[in-house]
Amino acid sequence: MPGKVHVTTTINGESVEFLCEPRQTILEVLRDQLDLTGTKEGCSNGNCGACSILVNGEVIDSCLMMGVEAEGQELTTIEGVASADGLHPLQQQFLEHAALQCGICTPGFIVAAKALLDQESNPSEERIRLYLAGNLCRCTGYDKIVRAVQDAASEMAE
Amino acid sequence: MATKTEDYLGITDYKVIGTRPIRHDGVDKVVGRAKYGADIDMAGMLHGAVVRSPHAHARIKSIDTSKAEALAGVKAVITVDDLPLQEDKIEDLGEGAANLQHLRANVLADGKVLYHGHAVAAVAATDIHTAQEAVDLIDVEYEVLEPVLTVHEAMQEDAPLLLEDQTTQSLGEDTGQKSNVCTHFRHELGDVEKGFAEAELVIEREFDTATVHQGYIEPQNATALWGADDQITVWCSTQGAFTVREQTAQILDVPVSQVKVVPMEIGGGFGGKIRIYLEPLAAIMSRKTGRPVKMVMSRTEVLQATGPTAGSFIKCKMGVDKAGKIVAAYAYMAYESGGFPGSWAAPGAMCIFAPYNIPNVLIDGYEVLVNKPQTMAYRAPGATNAAFASETIIDEICEQLDVDPLEFRLQNSAREGTRRADGPVYPRIGNEECVKTALSSEHYAAQLSGKNRGRGIASGFWFNVGLKSSAAASVNSDGTVSLVEGSTDIGGTRTSIAMQLAEVLGIRAEDVKPQVVDTDSIGDTDVTGGSRTTFATGWAAYQCALDIKEQLIERAAKLWEISTDDVVFDDGTFSSSDSSKTLSFKELSGMLDETGGPVMGRATVNPSGVGGAFAVMIVDIEVDTETGKVEILRVSMIQDAGKAVYPSYVEGQMQGGTAQGIGWALNEEYAYNGDGLLTNASLLDYRMPTCLDLPMIETHIVEVPNPGHPYGVRGVGEVPIVPPAAAVANAIYDAVGVRMTNLPMSPGEVLKALWAKNGGNGTA
Repeated sequence: MPGKVHVTTTINGESVEFLCEPRQTILEVLRDQLDLTGTKEGCSNGNCGACSILVNGEVIDSCLMMGVEAEGQELTTIEGVASADGLHPLQQQFLEHAALQCGICTPGFIVAAKALLDQESNPSEERIRLYLAGNLCRCTGYDKIVRAVQDAASEMAE
Repeated sequence: MATKTEDYLGITDYKVIGTRPIRHDGVDKVVGRAKYGADIDMAGMLHGAVVRSPHAHARIKSIDTSKAEALAGVKAVITVDDLPLQEDKIEDLGEGAANLQHLRANVLADGKVLYHGHAVAAVAATDIHTAQEAVDLIDVEYEVLEPVLTVHEAMQEDAPLLLEDQTTQSLGEDTGQKSNVCTHFRHELGDVEKGFAEAELVIEREFDTATVHQGYIEPQNATALWGADDQITVWCSTQGAFTVREQTAQILDVPVSQVKVVPMEIGGGFGGKIRIYLEPLAAIMSRKTGRPVKMVMSRTEVLQATGPTAGSFIKCKMGVDKAGKIVAAYAYMAYESGGFPGSWAAPGAMCIFAPYNIPNVLIDGYEVLVNKPQTMAYRAPGATNAAFASETIIDEICEQLDVDPLEFRLQNSAREGTRRADGPVYPRIGNEECVKTALSSEHYAAQLSGKNRGRGIASGFWFNVGLKSSAAASVNSDGTVSLVEGSTDIGGTRTSIAMQLAEVLGIRAEDVKPQVVDTDSIGDTDVTGGSRTTFATGWAAYQCALDIKEQLIERAAKLWEISTDDVVFDDGTFSSSDSSKTLSFKELSGMLDETGGPVMGRATVNPSGVGGAFAVMIVDIEVDTETGKVEILRVSMIQDAGKAVYPSYVEGQMQGGTAQGIGWALNEEYAYNGDGLLTNASLLDYRMPTCLDLPMIETHIVEVPNPGHPYGVRGVGEVPIVPPAAAVANAIYDAVGVRMTNLPMSPGEVLKALWAKNGGNGTA
């Protein structure tokens, strides 16, 4: 086993340094070394989206990215979505719409939806469904999630 | 919103019940702060991993752990020999009874492996990667045996036996016959032969349904610390902390008081997070090392070795007379138990004809061992399979009689006083109201046009359960109430429980601070399952509130120097009967110290008075006849909630159950190869619905109050998964004229049916 690698990256706007083994995913680093456990692990092979994070504004499954790949990148996790001023409109709309039940997929959905709304101000229902198709929810049937994203988009456009 | 509430209760002056507050645990869950089982970290914590069988059916000849033990970083290796021996006896484990030897042999295989992925040994190491390396270093020698994968194979006389000592219990008696059939039971009502003789039209069909998984997004996990004082603490994601305590204590052969279970937030369960898998392994490896041990399953392990729920073979026959009345019904229901006894034919048999008033019924149920994981509950377990059979036959009857399927259901509806074949006579139920709501819905009135499009209807029933719940509440000096309870919250039940307390005390839902606590901190509370939590734990919270109310009336009487009989409490205000003195709940809460000290309410319940739930689904679909793919165009779920305490989350249950039912209908199945190996143990290949596969899901909440609950609650979690498979099958028939009798109705199966209909010429 080769030694640990020193990585310098930016997470939620702050400069972060960590040491990781080459075989560790960024998901493992976030959760087990940096205490950022809001990012969830559901499958470890890129099929459920529970571990969604943003890398330079693009949504990715963090279980498919190695820790060493974070070097020089800008990462956003669920812990970086709300600000000191309060919840992000997506977070507020998820609460208002009851768009979560068990909540395990919720961080991934909010992060993925944020990536969409950062890029498109008025996505259609079909566009939202397509964009979020990489995130599995087993509790809600997606209805309330899609509505929450629609209303967050409207709120952000105002 | 597409929600419409049909209120048959007529009580509209609730202040809290029926409102939509933000759930108490909501903020933590949208910012990523909520702590689920896998989020645990502790000083000195080890990480565990499990060696699993690569065979479906084999004898274990030897296990060599020496190479794993020699690997740097490995701290403990265990096999079944490290688990205390268990008696061959049945114990109630707080989730129904189970044989302790079977529970032990499922946790770690004892001499034989009975399914692909069956746990054989476990390892704890300083990090997860080392633990996984050690797993690969454990040599297990197997004598591979022939697997048995379907109830059809398993019920053959010469079938290989999974458990060599297993004999069939038939109609309550041990036949002494060695067999994979563990149980045969029967329900009889009237005279089914006579009934069929009177029938004008009889339809009989056979149905096969695939093994499916609950599909919760959070894998099973458990962390255990066995202290030097022999106190054992388990942190895990479970539907029931008390049943985990009971099962773990049994397997470790220690008193229950030696085990404390701390329920973490739980990422979905649907019936699959009741049975223990990892808890005793983590505990024993903690005892061996003196360090906390954390174990988290991979998705592959979840699919290979937890859940799933039973696949089944059902032969179903129904007869109607000239007037269109169902006069007889018969069902033969063989359900998979998996590798160990205990299956879901029994609840399936309670549900199969439940929405109808049928005078003559015979049901034969069989629970059958197959080389698959031990089957577990999945949302109204057994009922979806059953309704797929009965509700597609009813559709065929309606087609042949040329009657409207909802009018037929109304004509034959079960109602108060109807006896179900398994015994119970219904109290007030809401089946007719659900059918009427469907009949008058905008969806049902809307014309559906277009090639290869069709509409399907199906009904469903789930009986719901009561069971034990406990709650305790303390009044705070600022007029809020802290509530502790033992029901783990999988989808908003902290709030639906708190609302029932708030309603009594005339305070806001937000003024209650609900917390789910560990097994040392509250009285015994059964699982979050059976659609019971809002019903039973909500009832406990209601009783808590009454207890608080009585105590506060005493305080007010003391302050005002009047009799308690002269204190009136209404809408959050205490007043003297002559109205000369009043105190709000909040004001009186601030005066507790001067009137005798703190006030706590407490309650334990084990309620009877459970109210069954009915549902009706309307679905419009389109079949792509080139590919066989079925697209859901529009779907409505109509369901009797009794009383919807927290409507946002009632809708959520209805929508979630509908989505799961559609997945079961169209895509989900365990795919085993000829060697009995599971070939689709990933969420790519085990295909659950994504948001692109579904439209919005319209909900109609019907409220026919359950006379057995103070607020009329029935329970809402399970019944919406019951109608979808049949409704979709009926819609496919309406669209393209083929009757689908197997689940899932995947594109290939639909194509095959279309080809068969067109003379097998390979084109639709």
